[in-house]
Amino acid sequence: MTAERPNADAVVTHSLTKRFGPLVAVEGLDLSIRRGEVFGLLGPNGSGKTTTIRMLCGLMEPSAGSAEVVGFDVARQAEQIRGRIGYMSQRFGLYDIRFYATIYGLHGGERTRRIAELIEELDLTARVGQLAGTLSGGWKQRLSLACAIAHRPAMLFLDEPTAGVDPASRRLFWQKIHGLAAEGTTILVTTHYMDEAERCERLAFLSRGHLIAVGTVAEVLTQFGQPSVEDVFIELQRRDEGAVV
Amino acid sequence: MSLLSRLRRSPLWPMLWKELVQLRRDRLTLGMMLGIPAIQLALFGYAIQTEVRHLPTVVLDESRTAESRRLIEVFRNSGNFDIVELVPSRAAMQDRIERGQANAALVIPPDYLRQLRRDRGAEVQVVVDAADPLASSAALSAAVQAGVARSQALSRESGGRPPALEVRVRPWYNPGLRSAVYIVPGIIGVLLSLTLVLITSMSIVRERERGTLEQLVVTPIDKTSIMLGKILPFLLIGYVQITVILVLGRLLFRVPIMGSLSLLYLLSLSFIVASLALGLLMSTLVRSQVQAMQLSFLFLLPNILLSGFMFPRQAMPAVAQWIGAALPLTYFLTILRGVLLKGIGLEHLWPQALALVGFAVGLIWLSVLRFHKTVE
Repeated sequence: MTAERPNADAVVTHSLTKRFGPLVAVEGLDLSIRRGEVFGLLGPNGSGKTTTIRMLCGLMEPSAGSAEVVGFDVARQAEQIRGRIGYMSQRFGLYDIRFYATIYGLHGGERTRRIAELIEELDLTARVGQLAGTLSGGWKQRLSLACAIAHRPAMLFLDEPTAGVDPASRRLFWQKIHGLAAEGTTILVTTHYMDEAERCERLAFLSRGHLIAVGTVAEVLTQFGQPSVEDVFIELQRRDEGAVV
Repeated sequence: MSLLSRLRRSPLWPMLWKELVQLRRDRLTLGMMLGIPAIQLALFGYAIQTEVRHLPTVVLDESRTAESRRLIEVFRNSGNFDIVELVPSRAAMQDRIERGQANAALVIPPDYLRQLRRDRGAEVQVVVDAADPLASSAALSAAVQAGVARSQALSRESGGRPPALEVRVRPWYNPGLRSAVYIVPGIIGVLLSLTLVLITSMSIVRERERGTLEQLVVTPIDKTSIMLGKILPFLLIGYVQITVILVLGRLLFRVPIMGSLSLLYLLSLSFIVASLALGLLMSTLVRSQVQAMQLSFLFLLPNILLSGFMFPRQAMPAVAQWIGAALPLTYFLTILRGVLLKGIGLEHLWPQALALVGFAVGLIWLSVLRFHKTVE
């Protein structure tokens, strides 16, 4: 991995904020993610995880604050970011690998080779030619990942990639994620599975739009004095609900 | 690099490919696009044919020649007019219509034969009791068709002279009423407006709802490619629709095609593009497919009422005329009727053609401007 300098981080945000009318989805988020890191973003439903990812991908304009992704500003240089990132959204929405490869500028033999490589790597051979809409959860998710990394992005955003996927597929998926990280791809992933959270190098907890904890798994456990990430999560959610009452 | 290979390397190419594949798989939309015009037109045709059959008609033949009697035969043989009486005078004709014994009258002028020989051709008058607008509009169209049929026969007999006979229809009691032959070409325009606007706006909104749009806009594909990728495949659909309606219109109503079909198809391009671009623009304003559908139907209303499809624009108040002038359909209707019914060409229709090109370019520009690569 490359030597770390502060400005060489894959993601740097300063007071990143998103409001929808009176509703504050994300407020004052200061976050930095290092290159080649597998970074987990945790938090209850509605805590602002998806909004954060969308802002970082240039899909939503921040209401205030700023963010840099792979060295580009999300508000002013969204197009430069788009060519360098991959994004798997929560909802299954994809066309086919060839489509993405072409959109990202792969053509001819180069494209054919890359598609064959992806099919091989993600073990999709058995389902070549099948309509994407008719695939089952685990296959869809791997196809979705293949589409997201067709252009070898420097950074990968995964929004609850393993929701509704069986354990064997999830394990395969995480092997692939760590493989990508080892090759230098930065990965930001949200999840509700605590075993997956524990496989991240660093974690950030969001609660009602605020960053309330960030660090390695060990650091977070120490900070909250809890035996497991799951306990931290439940403790946070309890405090969160307490604040509502 | 050739144009084709350049296209194949641009992001537009996968976008086009995707749209065509989706179109082929989406049987319902495809069926809707082709089925709606056919069903609408057939319904319309059925309505006309039940209304117009055997309309009691009196004839005031002031010419009393073999030629005038042949014209009366053409009207009788059309099946639309039952000749109930040959009346001796205008007063008698008016009397029969006022009493309801006849709903229509055919008036052949004394110098009919002489008129036929001059260059401008002859004029006969058909008076229709327009108190019942549906029946009378049907009668008007039938009268025009009978006139066209006779005119073409005369034209053939005289060795290709320009159409020699014009049927002047005079709806009584409701003079603003337009002939159904005027309405049928209008259906092409109205149906195109509705289906094309609906289909494009739905197509983008559906992608937004399914989440595929999010996946698409997160890529570096440019907005213009997304827009063109949505518009171009539907061009094809627009042309298929025009063809379906023209063919059915000809079979069901014998709608004349007096002018150049290739000119009509050429001029339709800008109207289709304008409608599709309008659909794209709408998709940037709505959140769901239901809203897209509602907005499309809302848009349909002024199109039907103010474009001149049903009511003559000249008779409208100024505000209604201005709104009508802002609708692409208004111009396309003039083109449709001009080419199909009057057989006129670009020398008369260039202002409308220019307006449509303006609409097409302006609306595409606006929708590209309005379309953001965000998901808010």
